[in-house]
Order: sequence, then C-alpha cells, then structure tokens
Amino acid sequence: MKEETVIKVEGLTKVFGDFTAVNKISFHVRKGEIFGFLGANGAGKTTAMKMLIGISAPSSGSANVAGFDVYTQTEDIKKSIGYMSQKFALYDDLTVKENIRFFGGIYGLSKNRISQKSNLLIEELGLEKVAHSLVGSLPLGWKQKIAFSVSLLHDPKIVFLDEPTGGVDPITRRQFWEMIYKAANNGTTIFVTTHYMDEAEYCDRVSIMVDGNIEALDTPKNLKTHFGSDSMNDVFLKLARS
Amino acid sequence: MSIRIDHISKSYGKVNALDDISIQVDQGELFGLIGPDGAGKTTLFRILTTLLLPDHGSASVAGYDIIADFKAIRKQVGYMPGRFSLYQDLTVEENLRFFATIFGTTIAENYDLIRDIYVQIEPFKNRRAGKLSGGMKQKLALSCALIHKPKVLFLDEPTTGVDPVSRKEFWEMLKRLQDKGITILVSTPYMDEAALCDRIALIQDGKILEIDTPKAIVEHYPKPIFDVGAHNTYLLIEKLNAYAHKHSVFPFGEYIHYTDQRDGFDPLELMAYLKNEGLQNIHIERTKATIEDTFMELAKQ
Repeated sequence: MKEETVIKVEGLTKVFGDFTAVNKISFHVRKGEIFGFLGANGAGKTTAMKMLIGISAPSSGSANVAGFDVYTQTEDIKKSIGYMSQKFALYDDLTVKENIRFFGGIYGLSKNRISQKSNLLIEELGLEKVAHSLVGSLPLGWKQKIAFSVSLLHDPKIVFLDEPTGGVDPITRRQFWEMIYKAANNGTTIFVTTHYMDEAEYCDRVSIMVDGNIEALDTPKNLKTHFGSDSMNDVFLKLARS
Repeated sequence: MSIRIDHISKSYGKVNALDDISIQVDQGELFGLIGPDGAGKTTLFRILTTLLLPDHGSASVAGYDIIADFKAIRKQVGYMPGRFSLYQDLTVEENLRFFATIFGTTIAENYDLIRDIYVQIEPFKNRRAGKLSGGMKQKLALSCALIHKPKVLFLDEPTTGVDPVSRKEFWEMLKRLQDKGITILVSTPYMDEAALCDRIALIQDGKILEIDTPKAIVEHYPKPIFDVGAHNTYLLIEKLNAYAHKHSVFPFGEYIHYTDQRDGFDPLELMAYLKNEGLQNIHIERTKATIEDTFMELAKQ
C-alpha cells in the first residue's frame, strides 16, 4: 500500500542576517496524519511554519505542501490549507455566523455552500443559541472550537494549528482534540504545535526542534523508548537541555 | 497569615468573575491558583494588589486591608501581570533602575535577591525591553517585581506560552525565592505545575472547586481510574463514550482515562465490549489520578 505524502520538506533553511533560524530541516507528513511540531520558544518552529504556509520565502532547500511548491505556488498552498493559532483565530467583533460567512467568502465558497456549511457547523457544535452573538463575548474554549471548524470550512488537505489550546480548560482541550482526531480520521492532515506535552502524546508522530534543527522525529512511543523516558515531557527536557 | 481572602465577589455586568471566594495563604507559602482562562484568576490578583475593588467581601495582604491600607500594600507586594507591562523602549537596566527608584531603593541594595535571575539577562542590559525574547522578558519582569524586596509576590500566569524547559527553570527560581521567606501566589493554566506548589486552589468560572495540597487533591479522587489504549484512538474514544456504564472518558497522553459508574467494575467486561466493537491491541490497566483528573471531575459536577 502506498501512502500519500502531503508535506515534503528537504533541507529547508531560513537565514536572517547571520542567524540561521531554521537549519536544513527535512521530513515528510502523510495524508491523515496528526503531526506534532514541537520545540522550545525560539527554536524556529514559527519560522518553519511560515515557510510551509507560503507567507515566508525559504533561504534554501525545498518544500512541497499539498502538492504545491513553497517558492512558486504560495497562493495555491494558501487555498489548500487551513490555519488557526491562539493569537489569531476569529474576529471578536463579528458574530459567529458573520465570521463563518467572512472566512467562507475569503476561501471562495459559494453563497449556498457557505450557508450549508454554516448550518452544519452550528449544529455540530451546538451553537444555535449563540449564532448571533459576538465572538468576543464567548468563552475562549468555544472560540477555539469554532475557529478550528472554520479553518476546515473549505475542506483543506492540511490544517496548521499553532498552539491552538493555550489557556483552554482541560475538558474543552480534550473536546478540541476529539475534533482533531475526527478530522484526521476523515483524511485531513493535522500539523500542530503545542506546549502541552500530554498533547504531544496524542500525535501520530512528533518532531522536536532545538536551535533550528530537528533533533528527533518519531512516534511518541518510539521517542520514549529511545530516550528511556516515561513521558514526552521528559523526552523534551532531555533533548532541549542537552 | 500572609494573605487572607474573605468571601470576595466581583461581577462585570452579568458575569460573576469571582463568586464568594475565601482563601488563606500562610507566610512563606507557595500557593497556586489553578484554572483555565476566564476562571477569575486575574480579577483576584487585581483585587489583592489594590488595582480593583471587590463588590463584596474583604481581604488583607501582609497584614494590611486592601481598601483601608491600599498604599501600604503597594509597598509590600511585587506584581507580575500576565501581559508584559514593562517599558518596551527602556533598556533592561533602565527598567530595573526605574522600578528600584520609584520604590525608594537601588539595584545594588537588593541585588542579592535578584542575582540568580538577573545574571541571566545582565549580558543584555543595554538592550531595549521590547527587543527581548519571551523567556528574557519574563526574567526581567520577575526581577522588576522583586527589586524592592516585597513580602508577597503575585505572579499572574508567568509561564503561559512558555516552553517546558523554560517553565521548569522558572519554577526552580520560584522555589529559591520561597526559601528566602517570600510568600508567593502564582496562577497557571498548566495542571502539571500545580504539583510544584505547597497548596493549590482549583478555580473555574469564579468559584473555588477545592483547596488542598496537590497530594491530598489527587488522593481524594473518588473513583478507580483506568488507562485504556487500542490501535485506533479515535474509534476507542467513540466506543468508550458509547459504553452504557461509562462515567468519564478523557484522553490523557498515550492512553484514555476511563472511569465506570458501577462500584464493582470489571475491566474484563470492558475488554470484551471493545473487542466486540472491532478494536485491537486493547490495553486496560489501573492508573493513578492526576490533578487534571480531579479538576475535570469537580468541574463536571
């Protein structure tokens, strides 16, 4: 059985002046995989992610995302991926429905399709009562769940999630991960960064960046065995402190 | 008694940010407020640091009343707010000197207290604060909160968004400050950090769920917990949630934490059910509750 690769990265590098933020990283991500992209603050995760989503040109190396080249086909990449982060997700001063309509429009969905998707999303998340409330008035956990659903509106091949669960309560955090599992089960590839090491364990495979390099990449189970650790937290501390 | 909080309530319009909160923190204690965004942690910090008035209730810090003696409190406490609030266009050293000066002291006078922390950012003392990395900003903010040798230190989510390595270092710094006799009230959304406190209050939606030592809180968990694993986690969660006798089903790292409604629960029965539902490589094993299990159990009620 041949597995479809949706992200191919070879020797990807980004240099700012005399500082190498990302140093020749290479990895492949399969269709429907939950790929955890970990690293300490300043290790180069955000820089690498910006190159993959087509908003920052690499200095050297190559990368192909959803079948498109990160140098020449950045607009195609943007149409084929979803993105959400803790810092930017939805517009606080638009209602839930207005946000859905806005992002649906940005992604070029037809009016009918937006209306269909909007109803489905509101029903699935049980948001009937707050559909016309401003997003800013909702609890953070709700916002993040809506933002994730919105990032899936245009049926992207890959969703990039940058610390999607920071500060979210533990129950909602788990509901969020159940949504991630569901999306992955439906064939959407998930590329996620997090500082919660228990969430690293939910990923199919995890890479750990240290000072611009990928120092480890494997399943959580293999990483724990390899480093003689009983948790991903311990693996992370051993790698990042050495 | 270093901090006494007596039936404090505060609402913003219709939202009860704090609902009848009472906590007592001993001299020299490292006390944690554990709860997610919106739990009311920041509101409580702002009340205790005399930046906000409660609607009801009373409180004292270092023996001073938060209303009658607010000026005295301000001299006795250090406060590191959640949002970086130093002067971005002053250098590292200028920020520190500024805070020392307004409290009528000098960097030299209390250097001992901050040495451990400040020494790590001192090589960058001529850099503007706005140009520092997240970890360095955090260390500068802590140095500035300490430079007047406060009796009580308030830290509002100092480790949010910080990676596990820097978080561990930060908590090691807090332990050393505690050894110097400073009372510390710290909030965090990371449940694993709760274990590092002497006592903790679990807080959600403005209410206290429980106050105790981390060890006691975990021991009070009412039900046996089982780690459950299988070849397909998504399917496993779905089938566990559909099981008639389930009490709670929560992903926990590599495994799912499962509790059953019944007293005489037999794991073999669950094993048979899961097999029947098409799951493979099923693993069920008794495990210990964590603070997060307790938090979720209490939050469910």
